[in-house]
Amino acid sequence: MNAELEELYQQVILDHSRRPRNKGDIPGAIHVHGDNPSCGDEIDLSVQFGPEGVVEDVKFTGAGCAISQASASMMTLKLKGKPRAEAEAMLRDFHDLVTTEVADPPKQLGDLRLLAGVRKFPQRVKCAMLAWRAFEQALQGAREPVTTEEAGS
Amino acid sequence: MHPQPDWSAIRADFPILDQEVNGHPLVYFDNAATSQKPRAVIEALRTYYERDNANVHRGLHELSNRATDAFEAARGKVARFLGAASAEEIVFTRGTTEGINLVAQAWGGRFVRAGEVILLTEMEHHSNLVPWQLLAERSGARLRFVPVLEDGTLDLGALDALLTPEVKVFAFTHISNSLGTINPVAELCRRARAVGALSLVDGAQSAGHAPVDVRAMGCDFYAFSGHKMCAPTGSGALYGRAEVLEATPPWHGGGEMIVSVSYERATFKPAPHRFEAGTPNVAGAVGLGAAVDYLEAIGRERIFAHDEALALSALAKIETLPGIRIFGPREQRGGLVGFAAEWAHPHDLTTYANEYGLALRGGHHCNQPLMRKLGVPGTNRASFYFYNTEAEIDRMMAILTAAHGFFTR
Repeated sequence: MNAELEELYQQVILDHSRRPRNKGDIPGAIHVHGDNPSCGDEIDLSVQFGPEGVVEDVKFTGAGCAISQASASMMTLKLKGKPRAEAEAMLRDFHDLVTTEVADPPKQLGDLRLLAGVRKFPQRVKCAMLAWRAFEQALQGAREPVTTEEAGS
Repeated sequence: MHPQPDWSAIRADFPILDQEVNGHPLVYFDNAATSQKPRAVIEALRTYYERDNANVHRGLHELSNRATDAFEAARGKVARFLGAASAEEIVFTRGTTEGINLVAQAWGGRFVRAGEVILLTEMEHHSNLVPWQLLAERSGARLRFVPVLEDGTLDLGALDALLTPEVKVFAFTHISNSLGTINPVAELCRRARAVGALSLVDGAQSAGHAPVDVRAMGCDFYAFSGHKMCAPTGSGALYGRAEVLEATPPWHGGGEMIVSVSYERATFKPAPHRFEAGTPNVAGAVGLGAAVDYLEAIGRERIFAHDEALALSALAKIETLPGIRIFGPREQRGGLVGFAAEWAHPHDLTTYANEYGLALRGGHHCNQPLMRKLGVPGTNRASFYFYNTEAEIDRMMAILTAAHGFFTR
């Protein structure tokens, strides 16, 4: 069996891709549409910020590969209830996790660390980052669609 | 047809195929994206650059004469390859996309007017869609589309209602790059002509893969890429029927395409040089000529039969996997199979395949509107050429079977 594939598609990741958590829409929240034009992955993220910028609720709908869907699902679980500053730090830490060799990824990332296998597959980084790029836009309060082609990965 | 050529000797003409990828023998099934190159083509480029390289059509020295002769000889080969009436009907391009853009911008820009109709089909590659969208936007012309039926063929029953006298041009693919459908091009060209419309055939998947005779087909334009038929990237040609090409104004201005130039204006060469501004891709044309010779020696009927047999075999085998949907016709197809698996997204499946040395294509194949119509985000595509083998299909099946186990664990 191929160790890199085993690491990329761990059971937890496959499970999230088959049964994504926090699927849905939050009416009245900030909505961001994101896509990977070259893949056809799509996400509609809604984020409800509370007073002082706490991420009160976050949901998504979308379709795409196992990596993009699992990453989105795991992101929503992790972000809910986080103060803005912590959410921003998590965005940076997650980007580092999937793009650079991090010897000891921050343990605040929790299960998200399971996605570290993506960095061995450079073409799939944008799949893992799609939901996070959308969240980044939501943090900026922007409602412009986000595309990984422009945002880079 | 002559007896079967020695396919394994032919395969040995392609040095790139003899390698391992991720520790496994390479199985290259992405030929619809680009083909590999035989030694004969690589050597032609090498010889050209080592002995003959110079600019064409202007030098009075020996190397320029040789380069010009090689360049124009390649044009003659392409003309014969396509069944054109003369070499003057062949414009060298960077590929299919540039050929179609030339027609849409230069011919379309002059002759297509507001309210007129550009007829396409729902199975067109973006390269035979977006240039026409740009033309429609500029000219005020409207786009219409021949629907694709459930079985992946065109709805010819709808053609009468769509192919009205307002239609100025009917542009369609010969062989679909995602469905494998072979369109009845001669009938479509004839029907276009009957209402006074010009026809353009996208030959990206048919040149070098199936016999092509533009005069028997009856088309006004036929565009193709060299790189999908053993020639270098950045090579290709557009066939334009002499009368139509002669009426088409220039599109790119520059050197090579003029007769005389003053500060205020210029007069232009006749076709095809009118459409070849600047220093052309001489080496690319030389490589394309070598590819034509190479393919002719094998025979396009044989190549087509070989690839179709592989596609039908692959289709039957892929279908034995659970949760598979096959796209396109069951028979009469080009050398490719598009399929979707319920248990893995195309990108996950192609990532998996690559780890075992199998090059598949996963995605929308530059057919986004068609994928939306089919209700899938994308498909997996295995596309074959004459150097592929049944043993490679069996290797693919072992990988896909293991992938099914992996993604449903």
